[in-house]
Amino acid sequence: FCLLQQCLGTHEVSCDLYMVASSTEPQPQAKGEKTPISDTSYVGIDAILEQMRRKAMKQGFEFNVMVVGQSGLGKSTLMNTLFKSKVSRKSVQPNVEERIPKTVEIKSVSHDVEEKGVRMKLTVIDTPGFGDQINNENCWQPIMKFINDQYETYLQEEININRKKRIPDTRVHCCIYFIPPTGHCLRPLDVEFMRHLSKVVNIVPVIAKADTLTLEERDSFKKTIREELRANGIDVYPQKEFDEDAEDRMINDKIREMIPFAVVGSDQEYQVNGKRILGRKTKWGTIEVENIAHCEFAYLRDLLIRTHMQNIKDITCSIHYETYRVRRLNESNILFTSNPPDHPAVQPKANGQPEEQPATPQPNGVAAQHEALSHEM
Amino acid sequence: MASTEIARQAGEGARGVPLSGHVGFDSMPDQLVNKSVNHGFCFNILCVGETGLGKSTLMDTLFNTKFEGEPTQHNQPGVTLKSNTYELQESNVRLKLTVVNTVGFGDQINKEDSYKSIVEFIDAQFEAYLQEELKIKRTLHSYHDTRIHACLYFIAPTGHSLKSLDLVTMKKLDSKVNIIPIIAKSDAISKSELAKFKIKITSELVSNGVQIYQFPTDDESVAEINSTMNSHLPFAVVGSTEEVKIGNKMVKARQYPWGTVQVENETHCDFVKLREMLIRVNMEDLREQTHTRHYELYRRCKLEEMGFKDTDPDSKPFSLQETYEAKRNEFMGELQKKEEEMRQMFVQRVKEKEAELKEAEKELHEKFDRLKKLHQDEKKKLEEKKKSLDDEVNTFKQKKTAAELLQNQAQQAGGSTTLKRDKERKN
Repeated sequence: FCLLQQCLGTHEVSCDLYMVASSTEPQPQAKGEKTPISDTSYVGIDAILEQMRRKAMKQGFEFNVMVVGQSGLGKSTLMNTLFKSKVSRKSVQPNVEERIPKTVEIKSVSHDVEEKGVRMKLTVIDTPGFGDQINNENCWQPIMKFINDQYETYLQEEININRKKRIPDTRVHCCIYFIPPTGHCLRPLDVEFMRHLSKVVNIVPVIAKADTLTLEERDSFKKTIREELRANGIDVYPQKEFDEDAEDRMINDKIREMIPFAVVGSDQEYQVNGKRILGRKTKWGTIEVENIAHCEFAYLRDLLIRTHMQNIKDITCSIHYETYRVRRLNESNILFTSNPPDHPAVQPKANGQPEEQPATPQPNGVAAQHEALSHEM
Repeated sequence: MASTEIARQAGEGARGVPLSGHVGFDSMPDQLVNKSVNHGFCFNILCVGETGLGKSTLMDTLFNTKFEGEPTQHNQPGVTLKSNTYELQESNVRLKLTVVNTVGFGDQINKEDSYKSIVEFIDAQFEAYLQEELKIKRTLHSYHDTRIHACLYFIAPTGHSLKSLDLVTMKKLDSKVNIIPIIAKSDAISKSELAKFKIKITSELVSNGVQIYQFPTDDESVAEINSTMNSHLPFAVVGSTEEVKIGNKMVKARQYPWGTVQVENETHCDFVKLREMLIRVNMEDLREQTHTRHYELYRRCKLEEMGFKDTDPDSKPFSLQETYEAKRNEFMGELQKKEEEMRQMFVQRVKEKEAELKEAEKELHEKFDRLKKLHQDEKKKLEEKKKSLDDEVNTFKQKKTAAELLQNQAQQAGGSTTLKRDKERKN
């Protein structure tokens, strides 16, 4: 390790090598126990892990997941299965007449859930009407707009002068896309949707209602899908370019070989082998949701919740959101540096949709302090 | 917008639902901690105090290592800040520790401006972070945070009260950084004097409105110990990197003829308390306070200074963009005005020069005309003279011719006369 020496009065630079010897068994410190005096080489830096954990438990977490797919693919059921409780829109609005909306609607439901002292605000965003019309052109646009609107809200709060301590995070962390189990290949709608949205949000494609496919059909379907995704340049989660190091890449490569996960959802319990498990009971057998020999639900759950949830949020935060921010700030820059009457300025496509008229500064526009500061960079 | 939110109340509320099985998001704190471990941590401490109060030694003692070379001189002309960054590791935690020392603090004869370089330094770190945050393409997650998380203020162990330099400096710093006052070299004070000293210091700080850092008491797991420690502030510390054998162990201590002061003995000094509070219990809170309170305050002031405003609920919504645009138009207007002015000045100068040149040209023409006239006059005169001369010559010639003719005639007559005479003679 190198030791940097920056002197603000004089200008000396020298390099030395320092390392504190790693300690012997670190004692748990968070509860404020007195340090035994005998252990003199222990500083206690690693107590910061416990401090962080405490802070995280106190603050709680937020997670926003969006489900996209045609009606009847089991989206709500899968959400309920994933989070082991009635978190979907349908569970919250049980008496609403089920009708297919004429356009794509965006409906989000939030729940506070808690497990072993860890509190989480879970938001499930449903998109009824997607892919259900006769003409589905541009049906992905309202979804794109919603996602960008969340980025916009966050950006606005972030550039406020008086801003909140914790900016409420409504950004869509993960979008689960339900592929109907045709067994053939991706439909044009699927390709279009994923192509547009993989650039702004983490997409996790799943094969819905996978209990209609045999294992061989499932494997060949998956292979076809992966091939088509690759051919169309669609990068789904976990994206290859965001692997942090070799270890990450190894883990993610394994996942990439398995996606899309073939899932079955259920919120009904049955008795199998003396145990009560979630499943679907049919005349020819009971499909156990959490049995990896039957379907890949467990893999999906592990990926989304148990191992990669933080990573999913990080990628949304530091990559997708930053990309949006860069684009947005650049747009407002172009808008104001060119002379409006002479040059037809680039129409700011803040929400992925072409604006109708030449953009006048919107009241919730973006700061361009960078202009002043960029001269110093 | 077609987005509706069901069952979500504004602000806190969302429905709480019970889980019917193990979902698994209780691993989230672990995921978060793992990510931080991979990333590493950074912590920046500023040590403010007069030269010779044992700041470097205390840092060495706190972190169990030998940081710097030689002690600093006392003849500095002003206060400068020297910062050194070290990479420490303990088990799997990597810490980038930056220790900033005030060099020359309290050495000058006139100490009125001593605090200024410290405040400037702290502000400079905030500014650097703010600039990074406002960049278009920014890399906040890999940015090396240099903002000062904790300021250890070293109080000289006089046993009486705070010096006015201390009060002034702490007052200037309390809204910018978390101040933890400590009594340095406290082995110079006896136990009873120490108790009185602490009380005096605390009351002076309170009466002067200095806000020192309070260890947080809102989290139950650490509330008790933190509030106990709060009552022990300021900590009376002794630092030492030398080890002395006590019993059968080597301990850090200072050896005197009359006894040995053990650094880590809680009855001897509060070093252990300081280490506990600073590192083992509240390091994360110090970082958070710096970010959410001190940095936000700086940012707010800086942006307001630059003329930006937030949305005002009463009047027309201002936006940073509009303000920026207004300022920019103002600036462009000024630029244009200046350009106009310059252009006008240029045109004027050109005109003036032109006029001058025209004048000169005119003069030259006149001169030329005059000379020409002169020339012509002279020529005329000369011609007249010539003419008159010619006339004279002509007249002369005429006269000459006439005279010659007369002469000839006369000669002829005379000649003939002569001839006659000659003839007569001959005869």
